[in-house]
Amino acid sequence: MTLLSTRNLTKRYAGVLANEAINFDLPQGQIRALIGPNGAGKSTFVGMLSGRIPTTSGSVTFDGKDISALPAHARIALGIAYTFQITSVFAGLSVHENVALAARRRLGRDGAAVDAKVADSLSRVGLADRATQIAGDLSYGHQRILEIAMGLAQDPRLFILDEPTQGLAESEIADFKTLIRSLGGATTILLIEHNMSVVMETAEAITVLSNGTVLADGTPAQIRADPAVQAAYLGTADA
Amino acid sequence: MTAATRDAALHLGVLTLLAGLWFVLPTYHSGNLARIMVLAVYAMGYNLLFGYTGLLSLGHALFFAAGMYGLAIAMQQGGWSAAPGFLAGLIAALVVSGVAGALALRTTGVAFMIVTLMFAQAGYLTVLYFGAITRGDEGFVIPQAARSLAGIDLTTPANRYFAALILFGAVFLGLAWLVRSPFGRTLIAIRENEARAKMLGYDTHAYKLRAVILSGTISGASGAAYALLFGYAGATFATVQYSIFPLLWVLLGGAGTTIGPLIGAIFMFYLIDLASGVTDAYMLIAGVVLVLLTLFAPQGLAGTLRNRVWPWLP
Repeated sequence: MTLLSTRNLTKRYAGVLANEAINFDLPQGQIRALIGPNGAGKSTFVGMLSGRIPTTSGSVTFDGKDISALPAHARIALGIAYTFQITSVFAGLSVHENVALAARRRLGRDGAAVDAKVADSLSRVGLADRATQIAGDLSYGHQRILEIAMGLAQDPRLFILDEPTQGLAESEIADFKTLIRSLGGATTILLIEHNMSVVMETAEAITVLSNGTVLADGTPAQIRADPAVQAAYLGTADA
Repeated sequence: MTAATRDAALHLGVLTLLAGLWFVLPTYHSGNLARIMVLAVYAMGYNLLFGYTGLLSLGHALFFAAGMYGLAIAMQQGGWSAAPGFLAGLIAALVVSGVAGALALRTTGVAFMIVTLMFAQAGYLTVLYFGAITRGDEGFVIPQAARSLAGIDLTTPANRYFAALILFGAVFLGLAWLVRSPFGRTLIAIRENEARAKMLGYDTHAYKLRAVILSGTISGASGAAYALLFGYAGATFATVQYSIFPLLWVLLGGAGTTIGPLIGAIFMFYLIDLASGVTDAYMLIAGVVLVLLTLFAPQGLAGTLRNRVWPWLP
């Protein structure tokens, strides 16, 4: 079953085509990586999926419903969680409150359920002992991990992560791979990632964007072997 | 002691202190304090929007005046008694803040400040335009005989003091509860990072509109109570000065704290009172003190206490 699909999704910034007629299908439960050179249009694409960036034309369908006209908050409420490429936590609030805000939108006034969800999300990413710290005082890497915990706390059906491992230490990246694999199956994941070890070890399928269009779609092995991808992204021997 | 009982102890303690002050303060100061408590309600309404939601309005005099004239005109022209008159004031403020909020929230930042300022100026000019009813700058007095509620004469100093205290207490406790509730915490999230709050699935526009309406209606309750307890409504209360006052009270007392508005209103009231005893140029003294406070306690008095001494201060 397809959870998310786009048809002819297009974004034009003052004459520049950032995304051109992208057709994309994401099956329920899959871990999909979205890769491509800088400026390929990856963040624009997921921005249009989450509603953060308005589309120029084309449609987005989530769980069989056309959500193209929905504002961002309404799409999130349908079960799409989004972590920002540029860290965006509530810097003045505690780590606990950051995650509680994420959990509360769905769990509402049930304080005990919210607290349990926060504790669970923080322990899954290894931040449980920092719950009372102010988020802005955390190191950059820990703020990135807090973003992931805020996504987990929403129990999303589709979890979109925009370069989550950027700025993480090697050990944290290893933990991240384990976490993503543990979510697979239950949660559908769309991962923008530059770190090839993360992509190759977690993703079940890969979509390659280049110059705003889909260059290739396939399994990690297929993508690795694709000459067009090698030329555009991984670099060719004679480049 | 848990956070909830500590909050309750603080807020009930403040109310007990205010009630006790009636019995020890000389008449002049208890009269001042009654006025300050009503104005602190205005400051608390303002604080909900500015201190907790992060929206800086320069037009709250519009809501204060809507409540004031809602009550005063209903009582003066309509011959209504105090209770329905007060309700009329609340409804007037609710409607005005709903309309002004829906329009002003189409903008953000500096534009929001300017739009609210313009709305308040339009409100002030409206009061002057309908001078036949409002008596413009001169204003009008609400007859002493009409100013009683459920048979209680609100014009005696004691009744007036405790009426002000009841209104203050209700709003004070209500807001203390509200800012700890999921709704209040979402407003704080919007203040801290609206883009993130939206991407957690919160309809931030709807939350901000509710905050404007609640803030405006509380401000209107203050305006209505002021007219009822002190017996006067005039266009002065719709001027830009009365939009700036709550901003100063809240900044001085501590934006985003529950007791800041009261502290700021007391401080500012007595600053002007004492300074005017020293010189005619009393605003000069007030100005210097304000500059010093902004330099050395930019979080306001309660905000500085929270940073340095009591991090738990709500």
